[in-house]
Amino acid sequence: MAGTDTVSGKTRPETRSDLAGLEAGLDALETAAPRARSPWRETLLRKTLPPLVAAALVLAVWKLLVLAGVTDTYKLPDPSAVWASLRRLWLEGTLLGIVWTSVSRGLLGFFAALAIGTPLGLLVARVPLVRAAIGPVLSGLQSLPSVAWVPAAVIWLGITDAAMYAVILLGAVPSIANGLVAGIDQVPPLYLRAGRTMGATGVRGARFVLLPAALPGYVAGLKQGWAFSWRSLMAAELIASSPDLGLGLGQFLENARTDSDMPGVLLGILLILFVGIAVDLAVFSPLERRVLRTRGLAAAR
Amino acid sequence: MASAAAVRIDHVHKSYGRAGDGRPVLEDIDLEVRPGEFVCLLGASGCGKSTLLGLVAGLDRPGSGTIEVPGGRPALMFQEHALFPWLTAGRNIELALRLRGVPRAERRAEAERLLELVRLGGAYRKRVHELSGGMRQRVALARALAQDSRVLLMDEPFAALDAITRDVLHEELTRIWAETSLSVLFVTHNVREAVRLGQRVVLLSSRPGRVVREWVVDLPQPRRIEDAAVADLSVEITTELREEIRRHGRN
Repeated sequence: MAGTDTVSGKTRPETRSDLAGLEAGLDALETAAPRARSPWRETLLRKTLPPLVAAALVLAVWKLLVLAGVTDTYKLPDPSAVWASLRRLWLEGTLLGIVWTSVSRGLLGFFAALAIGTPLGLLVARVPLVRAAIGPVLSGLQSLPSVAWVPAAVIWLGITDAAMYAVILLGAVPSIANGLVAGIDQVPPLYLRAGRTMGATGVRGARFVLLPAALPGYVAGLKQGWAFSWRSLMAAELIASSPDLGLGLGQFLENARTDSDMPGVLLGILLILFVGIAVDLAVFSPLERRVLRTRGLAAAR
Repeated sequence: MASAAAVRIDHVHKSYGRAGDGRPVLEDIDLEVRPGEFVCLLGASGCGKSTLLGLVAGLDRPGSGTIEVPGGRPALMFQEHALFPWLTAGRNIELALRLRGVPRAERRAEAERLLELVRLGGAYRKRVHELSGGMRQRVALARALAQDSRVLLMDEPFAALDAITRDVLHEELTRIWAETSLSVLFVTHNVREAVRLGQRVVLLSSRPGRVVREWVVDLPQPRRIEDAAVADLSVEITTELREEIRRHGRN
């Protein structure tokens, strides 16, 4: 056994190899076996199927109500009428244009809100005077429905794209800024202390410790910011619709209402819902899950 | 350099409160840690041992008195691992290297070497939440070592671990201390742990913290926490510690 290892005068070789073995054993015992990713068939069964079944049930109930004749068909049209509406839009080639008009506005507005809300959140979180001055207003603004801004925006800016963006910003900026503030407030002081002992102070402290630690709250803010952007935009499009603006989902819905076209109204609602869910599922939910999973914060699902 | 000490604490006072005129936490602390020495600071709750460590680490300033750490900023290990959960084990160590100014090309190899040193060679890519409590503290130790400080401050780093794991980490720490020229200032409320690890055990009183007495532990390393000599000295120190605690009941 001698000569198998470089041994300082203070340790015996037996102790060292024994210790290494003991340690390896402890590590093996105390580390949970990595959970295998569930096979795709199980994912399909547990995650994809239930919402589809739920949607099918809603559709079935709707159809039954129509068949039972609970109300006039101009109030509650047959599901197939809504489908026909969708088909017509598709065949006319206007469907994608309508959706894209709104989605591009929503995304552009969201990115503008991101560019404004992030520095604003940093200021509120880190400068006590700024927090005292606008912190309460900023969180209060979240409970103000952004539709309340539409009349003001229309008077200031007219029925223009600028008015749409103003409403989106007023709806989404507080969410994003507040998310960042909450994220920074929830950073455990221990991380900051640990960072400081390693020399991460000032800008380096913000870059290497504070901001990464605040990321979960920030991402939650972004997710909510998108939801608010989309809602605000739809409110603005519904109220401030004008032929000059290009046909978005809100205007489409408003036009259907003026035409008493109930299948069109229902289609408009469904499309707005669909876009909101699709963007969340495609962008924000995966982002949030990723951030939480790397930190071991995602619940075992 | 005039000072031969690794850490020199000179007449340090510290009080809580806005102007430092509140309840005194530390009163007239004098303590020296020689280069390469392992000193354990022992005391009951309220003796200000963590406060003292924070002062030495430069996280806070003493009310009066001076603290000198000639070798530069000391590394500090906490009771909680304080590893950053958004980084892997290896990246946590690399961050300390980066903040120390180690060039990018050398960081990876150095991080792997430090992980080997704490016997976690395969853990580079592991996330913090995938490691057990003992493994986390070993990564935290590796990260502290990555700072390449001459002085390592440890604030009850093993208090939250189970007895077997703590035993193993005592042996690891003794081994690493013997292999490096680190000076260690180790805070604990566990008498046996202090005797197991330290070359010197310094007992602090509580409220305010004052140095009551110190013992030189003249036992060869590696010791075991079960050794008769360790137990004997522990009994003696515990008696003194209990007497110190009893005083507070009488006042």
